Amino acid sequence: MPTAASDTAQAAASAQAAASAQTTSSAQTTSSGQTTPSAQAGDIVIDICGVNKWYGAFHVLKDVNLQVCRAERIVICGPSGSGKSTLIRCINRLERHQSGRIVVDGVELTSSLKGIEKVRREVGMVFQDFNLFPHMTVLQNLTLAPVWVRKMPRRQAEETALHFLERVRIREQADKYPGQLSGGQQQRVAIARALCMNPAILLFDEPTSALDPEMIKEVLDVMIELAEENITMVCVTHEMGFARTVADRVIFMDGGEIVEQNTPEAFFSNPRFDRTRQFLGQILKH
Amino acid sequence: MPHVPDALAPLACPAAPCSDTPCARPAEAFVPSPALPPPPSAVGPLGWLRANLFDGWFNSLLTLLCMAFLAAVVPPLVSWALLDACFTGDASMCAQSSGACWTFIVHKFRVLMVGTYPPAEAWRPALAGVLLATMVGCTAWRRLRAAALAVLWLLLPLAALWLVGGGAGLAPVDQSQWGGLMLSVGLALVGILVSIPCGVLLALGRRSRIAAVRALCVGIIEPVRGVPLITILFMASVMFPLFLPPDMQINNLLRVQIGMILFSSAYMAEVVRGGLAAVPKGQTDAAKALGLGYWKMQAFVVLPQALRHVLPSLVGRCIALLKDTSLVIIVGLLDFLGMAKAASQDQQWLGHDAEAYIFCALVYWLLCFGMSRWGRSIERRTAHRAR
Repeated sequence: MPTAASDTAQAAASAQAAASAQTTSSAQTTSSGQTTPSAQAGDIVIDICGVNKWYGAFHVLKDVNLQVCRAERIVICGPSGSGKSTLIRCINRLERHQSGRIVVDGVELTSSLKGIEKVRREVGMVFQDFNLFPHMTVLQNLTLAPVWVRKMPRRQAEETALHFLERVRIREQADKYPGQLSGGQQQRVAIARALCMNPAILLFDEPTSALDPEMIKEVLDVMIELAEENITMVCVTHEMGFARTVADRVIFMDGGEIVEQNTPEAFFSNPRFDRTRQFLGQILKH
Repeated sequence: MPHVPDALAPLACPAAPCSDTPCARPAEAFVPSPALPPPPSAVGPLGWLRANLFDGWFNSLLTLLCMAFLAAVVPPLVSWALLDACFTGDASMCAQSSGACWTFIVHKFRVLMVGTYPPAEAWRPALAGVLLATMVGCTAWRRLRAAALAVLWLLLPLAALWLVGGGAGLAPVDQSQWGGLMLSVGLALVGILVSIPCGVLLALGRRSRIAAVRALCVGIIEPVRGVPLITILFMASVMFPLFLPPDMQINNLLRVQIGMILFSSAYMAEVVRGGLAAVPKGQTDAAKALGLGYWKMQAFVVLPQALRHVLPSLVGRCIALLKDTSLVIIVGLLDFLGMAKAASQDQQWLGHDAEAYIFCALVYWLLCFGMSRWGRSIERRTAHRAR
């Protein structure tokens, strides 16, 4: 791996150079020789190369390479324990990678707090368990970060918040506490909260996994609407229907590695690896 | 057998098809029959007595025993404390009466409140007390915004210190003349206001990712928790000056106050740490993902939830701190209880310790019960937000 452990590699490397360097290493890891067309395109906002991570002795991410272009919509799937959540949590440094390089929107993630906070300001995240702040009203949840991180005047932050609540169709719940909302409503508030920071990139970590079946649709609808805008989305999800209709690229992870990546059509109709086929067989059965 | 065909004959109603209307009732509106009154033994005063005092022989026996005990104790207590008691007059009248001598409390009231504070200046601690009561009122009835309240609560001890201690236009009153309830409440108030933030900082430090900070906090918390408060007060009052250069003087009260703050902070820190541990990791994840830095995350997301979790124990620590102030008597400061003891040794008023201590107990109870109720009201107010 030419790029593994290149912590010191300059963050300012041009996206083009990084992309071409990655094409080779990505080809090696997946050993498929396949490179997707979108990964070649110029403007790369997330550049993950040669990333390794261990939990104690457990090697959870094994030399992962992934490039995401601006406005690209990526779905990451895979069996549980395959490292997909860990991977996207590395993108905003909720998890620390031990070797390799992650550059988000031109900022390399190192232990520098300044860099980390800069990245987090531009990267929104939606969690499986919503993680709304239970002691604040919906409106306070939405305005907290714009006011204290973006230094937005409160009035303006509230207007923005109400605008996004309107978009996720729960404006009338603005003054309630999260505990008074259903799971689907809470998750839509969480999406609105992420949007209020006007992020360049949105990460979804299994956003529908904690929801009742009848609430999954209301959240997916909001996500599909979002996908029509120029926002980079990286979703870890088991919603294959969502992947099929929305994703530009589907990535399959297993055992801490990216096994296969392809356009949804090719991915679902013609998976290259047995492991992928097996997984799809299991997940599409229901 | 003429009856058999009758019994087997179809009932009247199946004439109408069952699928359309249920059989049996004609189409009238349903009117429930009126409820009968319950038996007299189940409701009213009799029912209440039965349910609460005499349900079964064991409870009946306990009830009777308790009533006998109350009958033996209450009438003498009432006649001592109220009926035969003196409320006015002087020591000689008290000596003749068989009841309590509340005159003694009235006579010694100023001393119990402010100790040997110069009587001409006694309006100053009184004013400080009024300020404190006003602040308590404003907070309890939520007359001001939270930020304003916080600032005022921090200014209050400074204002009180200036009023009581003098300087800047007021005649200075030496700390050796402070005493009584004023001293107790002052020590407790400053102790609470300073030790809660200190405790929070120590708790955060103990969970810090920086090893040096963690070690420092553990190094403060554990030794302090390992010794009794009396030890710390002795250290502050007696030992500490020995280590200081002779020309450096820190007054006794300040040393004692610092000792109490140290002690209280260590306990508060452990209480707060419990609350911090109860905040789910998802909360900090979400706060970080929004770009909040460490301090903002703690201030807006983690601490409000953590403190809410441990509010009952925090209030408990505050109450304990107020009561612990009575220990300062062993380092020569005359607090409320100390003043009561001193006052009851007045030659003119000998033999009235009971009244003094009952008065003390009553005042302590009022303060502690007040704090406890206040804590409960905060809990109730924030309960609906719990997930």
